[in-house]
Amino acid sequence: MSRVNDRGFVKTPAAATAPTVPSPRPPREATDDQGGRTARRAARGTGGWTPWLYLAPALVVLGGLLVYPICQLGLISLFQYTQAQVSGGEPATFEGFGNYARLFGDPQFWQVLLATVLFAAACVVSTLAVGCALAVLLTRVRAVPRLALMLAALGAWATPAVTGSTVWLFLFDPDFGPVNRMLGLGDHAWTYGRLSAFFLVLLEVVWCSFPFVMVTVYAGIRAVPTEVLEAASLDGASQWRIWRSVLAPILRPILVVVTIQSVIWDFKVFTQIYVMTNGGGIAGQNLVLNVYAYQQAFASSQYGLGSAIGVVTLLILLAVTLVYLRLLRRQGEEL
Amino acid sequence: MNPLRAGVRRPGRLAAEACALLIAVVVAFPLYWMVLSAFKPAGEIESSEPRPWTLAPSLDSFRRVFGQQEFGRYFLNSLVVAGCVVIASGLIAFLAATAVTRFRFRLRTTLLIMFLVAQMVPVEALTIPLFFLLRDAGQLNTLGSLILPHIAFSLPFAIWMLRGFVKAVPEALEEAAYIDGASRARFLWQILFPLVLPGLVATSVFSFISAWNDFLFAKSFIISDTSQSTLPMALLVFYKPDDPDWGGVMAASTVMTIPVLVFFVLVQRRLVSGLGGAVKD
Repeated sequence: MSRVNDRGFVKTPAAATAPTVPSPRPPREATDDQGGRTARRAARGTGGWTPWLYLAPALVVLGGLLVYPICQLGLISLFQYTQAQVSGGEPATFEGFGNYARLFGDPQFWQVLLATVLFAAACVVSTLAVGCALAVLLTRVRAVPRLALMLAALGAWATPAVTGSTVWLFLFDPDFGPVNRMLGLGDHAWTYGRLSAFFLVLLEVVWCSFPFVMVTVYAGIRAVPTEVLEAASLDGASQWRIWRSVLAPILRPILVVVTIQSVIWDFKVFTQIYVMTNGGGIAGQNLVLNVYAYQQAFASSQYGLGSAIGVVTLLILLAVTLVYLRLLRRQGEEL
Repeated sequence: MNPLRAGVRRPGRLAAEACALLIAVVVAFPLYWMVLSAFKPAGEIESSEPRPWTLAPSLDSFRRVFGQQEFGRYFLNSLVVAGCVVIASGLIAFLAATAVTRFRFRLRTTLLIMFLVAQMVPVEALTIPLFFLLRDAGQLNTLGSLILPHIAFSLPFAIWMLRGFVKAVPEALEEAAYIDGASRARFLWQILFPLVLPGLVATSVFSFISAWNDFLFAKSFIISDTSQSTLPMALLVFYKPDDPDWGGVMAASTVMTIPVLVFFVLVQRRLVSGLGGAVKD
């Protein structure tokens, strides 16, 4: 995991048949001689323009459809941009930070922001807890229960967000759903209350996102050397203690990745909220930032304001990403 | 042998296994209920005493779904969008991943970090500028308006994940190929590509899912020409918040879920190892 040289691969049959090459040298471009194109150099050289040739399609697509729209997003957020400007009836007027001022002065924005953060945090914590617990459980059972759980999780993982949302709504339907019957809740409507609606969405989000955590962490645990765990259990460590003091530190890089991925996915939940609470709940009580931005832009034609919300979302996730990069670097990970 | 099993006594293991099976049932239940409800006759779906089985399975709901305005067409549209995204982003990501793992060049690390950051960009926030971009390009209401953004958004993750697969191909193989006189292009397409293909398939699951599931773009960019609609929109035709046709919704959901499920089961083994690779190195 730490700075392993790229050349540190195990000899495979293919490698064994390859002609012997001089001892590995650090892959520094400065030492590349300008001489003939030897095999070594071709294999791990600067390659001149070749890497850029390979990268060109990706860079063009990303530049045109990711970087450019981001710049546009920032730009639109500085303009008064409503239906009149979209249809070309009026010129867009520059507003500076007017949209942001309006946004930050709106108590609903702060309410939505708080709801988004809390909802995402609850989703992340639940997803990680369920995913890690089940990953540990998977290592303790024989093949048949393991396969059953894996397949069930795979099914949940593969379910599209839209269908997952409608199915969960149906399960919790006050009139025809099986859950209310099983729990004896009568015709309690889950989507009416603010918290219970959020809770329902949380259940769906956890259901469809814990498999990623479970599978990844399970793969990580399987890669931990057996002796380490045996030693720990011989020394009388409890399962919880083994997890906390042995597995968790070894799995830290993997845990960082799944945590950050979960934060990012759960922070930008759109489909589930939109479908399950019918566009943000009664009187917008279940709005999260993404749905809020969508509603402002496409339902109220406040494109400038919607873009400003988009910029806020982008900045928050950028901050999360920077923390992630910092953590990765501290682990001495080689990119 | 399984590491954690050593210290576990028999009753403990049986309890764990019962627990695992129970959880599997709970996790699978929504999917079971979806398929079951799709096959239930109308009277049983909208009954206040829902039963977890049906004695009279019927295809009525499916008939209603496929009879509804060109559902087959929406299915095909979804398939076209997902197929184009998978193929295009797969090829582009393969080239890019090769560039960043097989060459050392200036800005390489910077680019890698940029790909990582690009993964974090909330696609949803870009709906507004993309809407204007596509409008100016005359692409609104076409399948292209769904394909193009999805290629872009699935690229960073695909590149990041493919890196591990490309790296796993021994460099000695590359050296041998060049010594035997292969050109770069020949090595790339005739040696590296087939070796990386399994990884590429696993990676493509993610592009496939993001394109197949897409709801926001379909809702925002296909505004007036419903013949270009995709499945998620068709599904919501049955879902009217006040009076949903649950049988239709569940049947349409089943139809929409099955292709993804098949794809997933086919590549699941590679997926797990691929995730391990992408996460670990």
